[in-house]
Amino acid sequence: MPTFILKRLLQSVLVILTVALIAFSLFRYVGDPINAMVGQDTTLAQREELKERLGLNDPFIVQYARFVVNAAQGEFGMSYRHRRPVSELLAERLPATLELSIVSMVLALALGVPMGVYTALKRNGVLAKTFMTVSLVGVSLPTFLIGILLILVFGVWLRWLPTFGRGAVVDLGWWTTGLLTKSGLQALILPAITLALFQMTLIMRLVRSEMLEVLRTDFIKFARARGLPDRLVNFRHALKNTLVPVITITGLQLGSIIAFAIITESVFQWPGMGLLFIQAISTVDIPVMAAYLCLIAFFFVIINLVVDLLYFAVDPRLRVGRALG
Amino acid sequence: MPDLRLSARLRAAADSDLWYSFRTSPVTIVSALTTLVLVAAALAAPVIAPHNPFDLASLNIMNAGLPPVWDAGGEAAFPLGTDDQGRDVLSAILYGARISLLVGFASVVFSVVLGVGLGLVSGYVGGRVDAVIMRIADVQLSFPAILIALLIDGVARGLLPHDMHGEVALYVLVFAIGISGWVQYARTVRGAAMVESRKEYVQAARIIGIGPMTILWRHILPNVMGPVLVIATIHLAIAIITEATLSFLGVGVPPTTPSLGTLIRIGNDYLFSGEWWITIFPGIVLVLLVLSVNLLGDWLRDALNPKLR
Amino acid sequence: MTLTSKLLRSAAAVALAAAVGAGAVAAEAATLRWSYQGDATTMDPHGLNETFTLGFQGNIYEPLVGYDKDLKLTPMLAERWENPEPNKWVFHLRKDVTFHNGNPFTADDVIFSWQRSLTEGSDMKGYGAKAEAVNKIDDHTVEVVTKSPNPILPREWVFLYMMDKEWSEANNTTEATNVKGSNQGNHANLHANGTGPFMLAERQPDVKTTLKRFADYWDKGIATNVTDVVFTPVTQPATRVAALLSGEMDVIQPVPVQDWDRLEKAPGVKPLTGAEARSIFIGMDQDRDELKYSSVKGKNPFKDARVREAVVRAVDVKAIDEKIMRGAAEPLGSLLAGPINGFDASFGTPYEPDPEKSKKLLAEAGYPNGFTVTLDCPNDRYVNDEKVCQAVAGMLARVGIKVDLLAQTKGKYFGKVLAQAGYDTSMYLLGWTPSSIDAHNSLLNLAACRNKDTQAGLFNLGGYCNPKVDELTHKVGSETDQAKRNAMIKEAFEIVRDDYGYLPLHAQPLSWGVREGVEVVQRADDVLDLRSAVVK
Repeated sequence: MPTFILKRLLQSVLVILTVALIAFSLFRYVGDPINAMVGQDTTLAQREELKERLGLNDPFIVQYARFVVNAAQGEFGMSYRHRRPVSELLAERLPATLELSIVSMVLALALGVPMGVYTALKRNGVLAKTFMTVSLVGVSLPTFLIGILLILVFGVWLRWLPTFGRGAVVDLGWWTTGLLTKSGLQALILPAITLALFQMTLIMRLVRSEMLEVLRTDFIKFARARGLPDRLVNFRHALKNTLVPVITITGLQLGSIIAFAIITESVFQWPGMGLLFIQAISTVDIPVMAAYLCLIAFFFVIINLVVDLLYFAVDPRLRVGRALG
Repeated sequence: MPDLRLSARLRAAADSDLWYSFRTSPVTIVSALTTLVLVAAALAAPVIAPHNPFDLASLNIMNAGLPPVWDAGGEAAFPLGTDDQGRDVLSAILYGARISLLVGFASVVFSVVLGVGLGLVSGYVGGRVDAVIMRIADVQLSFPAILIALLIDGVARGLLPHDMHGEVALYVLVFAIGISGWVQYARTVRGAAMVESRKEYVQAARIIGIGPMTILWRHILPNVMGPVLVIATIHLAIAIITEATLSFLGVGVPPTTPSLGTLIRIGNDYLFSGEWWITIFPGIVLVLLVLSVNLLGDWLRDALNPKLR
Repeated sequence: MTLTSKLLRSAAAVALAAAVGAGAVAAEAATLRWSYQGDATTMDPHGLNETFTLGFQGNIYEPLVGYDKDLKLTPMLAERWENPEPNKWVFHLRKDVTFHNGNPFTADDVIFSWQRSLTEGSDMKGYGAKAEAVNKIDDHTVEVVTKSPNPILPREWVFLYMMDKEWSEANNTTEATNVKGSNQGNHANLHANGTGPFMLAERQPDVKTTLKRFADYWDKGIATNVTDVVFTPVTQPATRVAALLSGEMDVIQPVPVQDWDRLEKAPGVKPLTGAEARSIFIGMDQDRDELKYSSVKGKNPFKDARVREAVVRAVDVKAIDEKIMRGAAEPLGSLLAGPINGFDASFGTPYEPDPEKSKKLLAEAGYPNGFTVTLDCPNDRYVNDEKVCQAVAGMLARVGIKVDLLAQTKGKYFGKVLAQAGYDTSMYLLGWTPSSIDAHNSLLNLAACRNKDTQAGLFNLGGYCNPKVDELTHKVGSETDQAKRNAMIKEAFEIVRDDYGYLPLHAQPLSWGVREGVEVVQRADDVLDLRSAVVK
């Protein structure tokens, strides 16, 4: 077990380094950061001087090495645009993104699991079929259009919910939260729905198919034969057995949610890391882009690792499998 | 002969079960018809579209912003109205669907070839090769498609000369969306390949000197085509949506040859100004297309899964 | 007590009550919720020479001499100024001015601010460098010595803001915010201490910035009743407009031009529009011997004036204004927009479109079947920039010039077409606001021949060059007689026009959205001066 973790950690470092390398080779093509940093009256000589000062004229490999060495110490340099340490910027924006992502995930689970169970149990019911079809509409529209339509309906026409931002935020020192204020909660609703829609459909379908598989296994048939009530069989035995893959996928999808938050955040002007990243792209803020990608890669690696370990803990068969393999 | 056995099996399945479950599901029939109509319309776009929206010379800006024909001010020449450039929305949708479908199909084919290939190798060879491929797959699976596509698009645009962008944008999109989708195929195929390769008939075939390529091709591949087809159908829907999403982030096809996603993105600018037709019509077509493909995928999965019968 | 005295007394009481009431109204909190498409990049007044950033800071910091609502010079921290010798300007400072922290504003602060504008991280070096020395005459008089005679120094220093020397020293921020090195010394990036009517209360870059009214502001005559400002950048145009329509914003800028109708019809909001100082135009590479991005090999068609005329005659500028800009832009026939000093009424007449003549000219020039060329275009910089480029491409296609449109984000676009990248373009769309709001800046940057040493023609991306224009540009730079100067400006732009040097399109519209009951002055440089903002 410890060797397994160690091996995985080493692999993870490799993954992050690769992401950094790809990210870095990409940055030479996203544009010239200098133009976003100076006004139109700045002379060519001054522009060149700034470029030199930032080390942008150094060979690619030197820039990459410098970045890796600094990043290893948790130092991502200064944002070109904000002129502040990137680590500080990311730390400021992280809570917004995580809150949005986690709330969306919870929302997706809270709706997706029951709907999945229902559609599995009443496989041929009208309502179940309706669920199956309607849930698909949500994934048949691009996220950005869903967001805009929600804003139009609930923000502009009905005026029930705010159209942008995060509302009032409570500062807990190391974390800022919008979950403790009314306006914060209101502001969360539309972006969370937008982000959760896709995951909800996914989870619902996953639960349904897993349930269907489990329901036809012998031990369920046996339980029924023993005369256990349906409810007990369905929820105590069947649902429990479908949860392992659901947990796995949910974990893996958290990464994808954080990434899809880029779009939701830019539609709702949600002040998270995704918005920071999008703005960094448009102003060619290389340190911010690099740090964001590395951080996301880091998240994914950690999530992967945790999911693997959970698997290990939950499913004894896997332990045997590993031992044999 | 295994070949005979296979084709017989396929024919039998097509004759009975598949066809039966298709026949008895009205939703499936409707989705199949919708998909068929949309694909046919997209393919026939150059013939049936009233205008060629990609030919800039045929656009007249004085026709910009005309409403659909049934609204006051609409013109018969532009049944669904025109966009900000005077482009006929109906023609733009037909041609746009063509691009969306092209990107969708091509990236799915790319994913399937890559995923099935790697999955077969991984499952059949096993050992270190398997470990490496599956590790890459793990990482890739957790790395979301849009970020991968963003990265690849950025690199490709940087590496290619500027004047090639127009033609190359499509290939880049196909590659970017395709590369982010291969893992699912690889995992599915790997499992099946592992199971099959341990079976006695494969062992026997190996002993009598049949090459691994033949074994993979003849014996293992046919066994995994069912699940692959299911994944591919749903993947097609996802690929089309991913293309639309990427166009929002500014890395889609150029606005002079718009896909459905690009049309929606452009139309977004006009949602508040009352020119709803620029967004809504492409939106409806996109929903219809993706929805019916998804429903077909649903049906296919249930129909091909013998356990669920 | 008599009836009269009773009446008198109650009248006095009523008057008193009214007075108290009025006082209460004036002191009542009025909040202005304001949004722009991006944030002010920094709070450091020397951090970035960009109009929105400087305009935003102008509510907190102040220059010696500023702009009024019509971009005319007006006294700010200097009561008056004079030019006793050609190389010398004297500024007489106000005596009753304090910074937000209570420190008095003196000559030492002026000298300090000037010195700070020349430090490494500063983007205002160009302005600071206009002076050779700034000397203190007494606490409230400074003398600025220039290298050569400079008749427009007060105008050039309109965005050079005054900082408190003592505060800067106490907070270790005596040098401009620098992107290099550690974050030490960048206090002024997130904090501010100016003399302006508003104090920085809270700063969360890109998220939210709040300002509070400064009670001891020197100018009691400003119109505003606003006590609190909440500024939130909103990037997506649709989201920004939605925030105004839903009543969550008082002022938003900019509003997409196609949404003007909607704002006019919607209750409680209205569009606020005017002509901006920015002109939009298409340039063509007339410098290279072979176009970099074209089907024509071995020669450069744009070197031929007939081809340039063909381009110009193919494009219907008025149709672009009407359809793409919804009639909101001012069509132009030159590179100068209306609010710019030196503008002549004739500049507002676009070239007469004549596609038939275009085809004929192309045939004459040896391109009967036209040719292919790539048009570089930003897609997030100017109003409807990508749509304008598409329309131009369509019009050119109809006379046979097939345009490959390469529309990119401003980061990529500017990284390609500007001088640092070696003017890597064959045809491009660019917008220009002369920072001094004077025609000389446009002539020098856009129309003068490119010259690496003098920095002339730095933004003349197509390399248009006519020695006569060069000569006139030079003369305009030093001519003090306004009538003569304007005549020369007109002559220069007429030459550019006759050469078909550029295809001018339009002056971009100013496009704000405001809630009814909110009054703001819309300046032609797109700056919202909060001194003018009244919220009812």
